[in-house]
Amino acid sequence: MIPGDLLAEWAGRAEAGPFTSLGVLDRLAYDSYDPFVALAAAAAATRRIGLVTMVVSGPLRPAGTLAKLAASVDALSGGRLTLGVALGARANDYEAAGVPLQGRGDRLDRQLTALRLAFADGTVLPQAARPGGPPLLIGGDSGRSFARMARFADGYVHGGGPPRAFARAAEQARAAWADAGRPGTPALWGQAYFALGDEERGADYLRDYYAFTGPFAEKVAAGNLTSPQAVLDLVRGYEEAGCDELVLLPTVADLAQLDRLADVMAARA
Amino acid sequence: MRIEVVGAGPAGLYFALLAKKGDPRHEIVVHERNAPDATFGWGVVFSEETLSSFRDADHSTWADITETFARWTAIDVHFRGETVRSVGHGFSGIARKRILQILQQRCRELGVELRFEEEVPDVAALSSADLVVAADGVNSATRRSAHDAFGAVERVHPTKYVWFGTDLVFRAFTFVFRETEHGMFQVHGYPFDADRSTFVVECRDDVWSRAGLEEASEEASIAFCQELFAPELAGHALLSNRSLWASFVTLRCQTWHQGNVVLLGDAAHTAHFTIGSGTKLAMEDAIALAGSLQRYGADLEAALTSYELERQPAVERLQRAALDSAAYFENVSRYASFEPVRFAVNLLTRSGRISYANLTQRDPELVRRADAAFAAQSGGAAGRAFAPPPAFIPAELRGLVVSNRLVVSPMSHDDAEDGVASDGMADRVPEAAGGAGLVLCEFVSVAADGRITRGTPGLYNDAHASAWRRIADLAHEAGSAFGLRIGHAGRRGAMRPRRLGTDLPLLEPWPLLAPSAEAAAPDAPVPRAMTAEDMERVRGDFERAAASASEAGVDLLEVDAAHGYLLGSFLSPLSNLRTDAYGGSLEGRMRFPLEVIGSVRNAWPQDKPLAVRIPATEWARGGFDVEDAVAVAAALSTLGCDLVHVAAGSGVTRANPEYGPGYLVAFADRIRNEARIGVIVEGRLWTLDQANTILAAGRADLAVLDYAPTS
Repeated sequence: MIPGDLLAEWAGRAEAGPFTSLGVLDRLAYDSYDPFVALAAAAAATRRIGLVTMVVSGPLRPAGTLAKLAASVDALSGGRLTLGVALGARANDYEAAGVPLQGRGDRLDRQLTALRLAFADGTVLPQAARPGGPPLLIGGDSGRSFARMARFADGYVHGGGPPRAFARAAEQARAAWADAGRPGTPALWGQAYFALGDEERGADYLRDYYAFTGPFAEKVAAGNLTSPQAVLDLVRGYEEAGCDELVLLPTVADLAQLDRLADVMAARA
Repeated sequence: MRIEVVGAGPAGLYFALLAKKGDPRHEIVVHERNAPDATFGWGVVFSEETLSSFRDADHSTWADITETFARWTAIDVHFRGETVRSVGHGFSGIARKRILQILQQRCRELGVELRFEEEVPDVAALSSADLVVAADGVNSATRRSAHDAFGAVERVHPTKYVWFGTDLVFRAFTFVFRETEHGMFQVHGYPFDADRSTFVVECRDDVWSRAGLEEASEEASIAFCQELFAPELAGHALLSNRSLWASFVTLRCQTWHQGNVVLLGDAAHTAHFTIGSGTKLAMEDAIALAGSLQRYGADLEAALTSYELERQPAVERLQRAALDSAAYFENVSRYASFEPVRFAVNLLTRSGRISYANLTQRDPELVRRADAAFAAQSGGAAGRAFAPPPAFIPAELRGLVVSNRLVVSPMSHDDAEDGVASDGMADRVPEAAGGAGLVLCEFVSVAADGRITRGTPGLYNDAHASAWRRIADLAHEAGSAFGLRIGHAGRRGAMRPRRLGTDLPLLEPWPLLAPSAEAAAPDAPVPRAMTAEDMERVRGDFERAAASASEAGVDLLEVDAAHGYLLGSFLSPLSNLRTDAYGGSLEGRMRFPLEVIGSVRNAWPQDKPLAVRIPATEWARGGFDVEDAVAVAAALSTLGCDLVHVAAGSGVTRANPEYGPGYLVAFADRIRNEARIGVIVEGRLWTLDQANTILAAGRADLAVLDYAPTS
């Protein structure tokens, strides 16, 4: 577990550094903070930086609760929340929430309809800082996820992988967007894990975090960005593929990681 | 490390020798049930890139392999009595037997132990080794012992093929297409040494059964094929080597390793033979695996994960292309009426790996001929040697000549007021035109209750007509023809502006119409099931809109019967639950749309073209599918429609679409060439090269481009 003061310190230093967003994950049956609580703490320690859920599992919370949490963080932070939502793949999280896994796609669709309408009509209290509520991103790699994204959201959040995988997903998102007849283009968000130093600890964390995926966990661990060059290559690849915002998620809870990442980014500029 | 390799095919042998070379301390044993010189199949093909990776991996075998190569650069397409040759492609072939000899020899030199002609121990018996490499082919017993753990999925293709040799030496990679009373047979042939060629015969399962080959013995099959391809064989014989008809299986595995067992080559994945060689993939796997072992040393898990991470994406890409290629051959009779040069261009661009631009670089002469033929067939002067690329050839659509085949569709911003197209729309049209032959405006409602949102433009009063007249004039001034898509939103009407999302209902929706009283989405208002009077009114709305469109100077009219809007919702069995003459069978479900479109055709001038946008599929279980789409397209052709604009999906939330670049092209192709009607294709296309490839290959007639994909 990450100490609360480390979280706040991390947020503050990130804002002072070259970063534009702070991202959090969502797990229920795991040793982690609730994403909205974590972002509320980060909001209190910062003034400018964006706050994003990467991503919350929508169906784990009732629609009204999700709307309330999102509106609260948005209001507390002065309109800095971006709400990333997906189905979430962990059966034990669903079990812990007392929510059946079956039919979760349909439930998420209903929830997103309710969320969008509630924010549009201003019926969520507290009022979100921005009319219409925080921007909404959808994740997931099935065809239905892309269609859901184009139907309800402002953009797509990718689940991670090499730039080529992101580029492919970006194309799918753009196609879905045009197919739905939405004006403009979808916002495209990416994410990747890093450990600059202490990479064994980072790999162990990822193996544990993704243990539920079986052999896939090793691949995630192997994809951890463990050198400045790897970080820079990935950032460049995502940029070329049209990524609007890339969130690099630490796999080692240590402020030195943030400083090293800031140095790498500074070297880039 | 003690390494047991199961299977002495190219994958197993090549891996064994590379691993031994990487670290001579490894003890490596290769187990093979068959004799060293037993091999099924004849020759294998490699491309230039593959060869350079062989050279880097092991110079000695590379030198031996390339020494005995048959090399060629041409592809010959024999079709309808003509042979079209395309050059510039670059292949090398080698006898499978020869490559095995080279690899066996090198294994022995390096000290790999080869055990032939003995029962291969099962995984359990081998598991005391540090690493077990399963290189025992698509039917790998090693993989099957833990099939589920590898996440193996097999897909059997609906064709039969048989792998012959022949003593005829082809001068090119040779495709022969032979139409018979039973259906189309095709040959994939290529030389592999100075005396012989591989000769694969393939046909669809139904053709194979009709030709009586199910019952035929090996000799009878040879005799049948020899006779069928006598002109090409020119007296040469087909050689059999346990050559039996088989169905190709595409194998995918989620993971390629489990504990200390790793899959290599065909044991891990297969890609349809029409795109090249499994041997190539297998040997590339071997290079990657041997490299990973060397890099990670004792950390086996890291080595195997790295091998997978390196190879899986590359193999998946090839598998996707291979599926497209296989589908082409499964459905090739669709193109039987193509003239030979277009047929050849279609064949060469089948898998998406060679585009029009690639082909222009490889074989400018073929592209010159294809361009000239395209122009001549499109009503241009015959007998000319040179013509612009297909995208810039005018299309004659009744009395309308569209100056080129590019279409742009300005985005709707839901900014009409009371249905009057906005000034914003008037600005976007000439801006979007950008030299395209046709500007096609999206959804314009034929009635106030047919609007999608309050901001949907309409064409149901005089103010609407004059707004469109102004915009049509602007399009004409920009040099483009002007098309308008008219529709009725049906149950997807009365929604909020689409900048928020789609199908988000208004707080106070207007009454909606649909085939059945079923809401479009869980929280959407329930529509009224249409009565005969409703149908008559809506038919009249379409008819009147068509007449006003003509007066407003619209050149091409398109009726929207896609995306789950009113007419589309009649087509779908998921939204049309009627039990009267307007529901039930496809014939019933298309009755109302066809009545409306028939009326529109009558109200729309005979010298102007009519298009209809239809879904190619709903992408949902039990929904409208591509066979339905072909039937609807054929009915539309009979009604006097000139073009089908291919869309997909219908707004049902349970759909599982397959999005990506050019995701509608295969559907467009099928509808165009099975229903024999002109087709407008769209769907994430943004380059001239994509458009030229689609048009030159005869997959569509007009292409909608999004020409600023990332801005």
